[in-house]
Amino acid sequence: MVVCDNIFYHMTIDLKTVKHISKLARISLDEKKAEKLATDMNSIFEFIEKLNELNTDNVEPLTSIAETTLRFRDDKITSENIREKILKNSPEKNDDFFVVPKVVE
Amino acid sequence: MSEITSLTLYELIKNIKEKKISSNEAAKSFVDRAEKSKKINAYVTENFENCLKLSKEFDDKPNFDLKLPGIPIAVKDLFCTNEVRTTAGSNILNNFVPTYESTVTQNIWNEGGILLGKLNCDEFAMGSSNETSFFGNVQNPIAEDLVPGGSSGGSSAALAANLTPVTIGTDTGGSIRQPASFTGTVGLKPTYGSCSRYGIVAFASSLDQAGPMSKDVKDSSILLEVISSFDKKDSTSIDFKRNNYSSELTRNIKGLKIGIPKEYRVDGMPDEIEKFWKKGIEYAKDCGAEIIDISLPHTSYALPTYYIVAPAEASSNLARYDGVKYGLRSSGKNLIDMYEKTRSEGFGEEVKRRVMIGTYVLSSGYYDAYYLKAQKVRQLIKQDFDQAYNKVDAILTPSTPSSAFKIGEKSNDPVSMYLNDIFTVPVNLAGLPGISIPAGVDKNNYPLGLQIIGKPFDEQTVLNIAYSMEEKINYKNNITDWWMK
Repeated sequence: MVVCDNIFYHMTIDLKTVKHISKLARISLDEKKAEKLATDMNSIFEFIEKLNELNTDNVEPLTSIAETTLRFRDDKITSENIREKILKNSPEKNDDFFVVPKVVE
Repeated sequence: MSEITSLTLYELIKNIKEKKISSNEAAKSFVDRAEKSKKINAYVTENFENCLKLSKEFDDKPNFDLKLPGIPIAVKDLFCTNEVRTTAGSNILNNFVPTYESTVTQNIWNEGGILLGKLNCDEFAMGSSNETSFFGNVQNPIAEDLVPGGSSGGSSAALAANLTPVTIGTDTGGSIRQPASFTGTVGLKPTYGSCSRYGIVAFASSLDQAGPMSKDVKDSSILLEVISSFDKKDSTSIDFKRNNYSSELTRNIKGLKIGIPKEYRVDGMPDEIEKFWKKGIEYAKDCGAEIIDISLPHTSYALPTYYIVAPAEASSNLARYDGVKYGLRSSGKNLIDMYEKTRSEGFGEEVKRRVMIGTYVLSSGYYDAYYLKAQKVRQLIKQDFDQAYNKVDAILTPSTPSSAFKIGEKSNDPVSMYLNDIFTVPVNLAGLPGISIPAGVDKNNYPLGLQIIGKPFDEQTVLNIAYSMEEKINYKNNITDWWMK
């Protein structure tokens, strides 16, 4: 048995968890799709569990492959008035705004 | 002279510069061939009329100093093209018409390239067979009902079918190199930070990289020279001195040290792939390279790492598709209901699966166990390569563990589909350049590719080795145009 910093035993992802995650991901799922996803996710996580074999206690996480510090830029407006361009692809808009279903009663 | 559409990019440029072929003649030839090749399903959006018009304009006022003088080029539909629909292979972007241009495509137009159209791909580049596209399967020109690989499957198919002289793809876990391998073509993933990500529909931002796909190595060097640039609009673009890749291309690789990683002999790898790899090693020796056995001990952890990192980043990137600013909107009884229905109807199954996995591994209580753990293992994988590169100049492996498979063969088993990328994924995790070149066929006569992996920013050595080996291998695709019959 390998000692690990984060031991995550493979827990079965149940239907309740799948539905919770789908709420977080803002994807509606019917019962049948949720069951299929639970099966798929379980087989994928079984595959992912392999990482448990490794001891990574003293390893720095790799957060960026490009070993550069992010550049600063001047805080000034560089684009012309692009309101029209930004609104162009909106499924519903009026002259100046995106339109969404009513959120305030 | 052989047909215009079967010329390499280099030959086409030469003919256009010598005024033996006009840009408009070239455009017409590719458009005509595309009209007879609908069965391949390479195109999502055709830009033919505009291409013919622009090629005429080029001929009226030619500029032969450009690197791609009047060359018609089709590109993967993951690059935003100003005023030309860009779908990323998804229903959710079915009606999306960008009002800006990706840097990589802009670089191509600046050098005289002309857009032929937008090529099919897996939805949001998530797939290895082009079967997740909302716009249907793509046929591999090699044989009927064979996948062209993915996610740049429309690109690889268009190239192999002579529908475009060269093309560009994107590669997050193998999406340029694997389809190149499946279609007997060349595909190069540059070092992370070489080609700007600005205007490319984002999948996994720490892994995504654009690159050239071509009929031979020289063409990839020409196209890389055009698309690789420092770009302020991409915060991870790297400002390094870029070579003139095509003019510095040489077949002299004498004395270069090429590493053979023992961990790439994976369980269950078919005998013929092992033999094919050995033959590849012989070719490299014939070219004058020195072969050195190396170890990349964390190789088997690359895929599990990838399937945490990539979905996590995807779930975050794809949060923007909310039915408000652009793309599809489904009606709902309130705002949240509208979001949920839009995303449910707009995304396909594989995309939903990955967004769900990503959301799960980033959710409260699981972040350390999955995402942080994966980032740590990613560090170990990168260190493997760093150490190997103390001893060698480049690494030689097969590109894929098998040749192209049948449409439908793996679409119901996500894990078996993911295993396709076993040799390509580590390269993305470590941000390295890698090329796939065609190097032989399997028992079915389907192409197999060899992968050459290089040091960061050392695309030139990768190209030189590929260029040298290509001459010895002398691979020729045997494509019969079966789809026209």
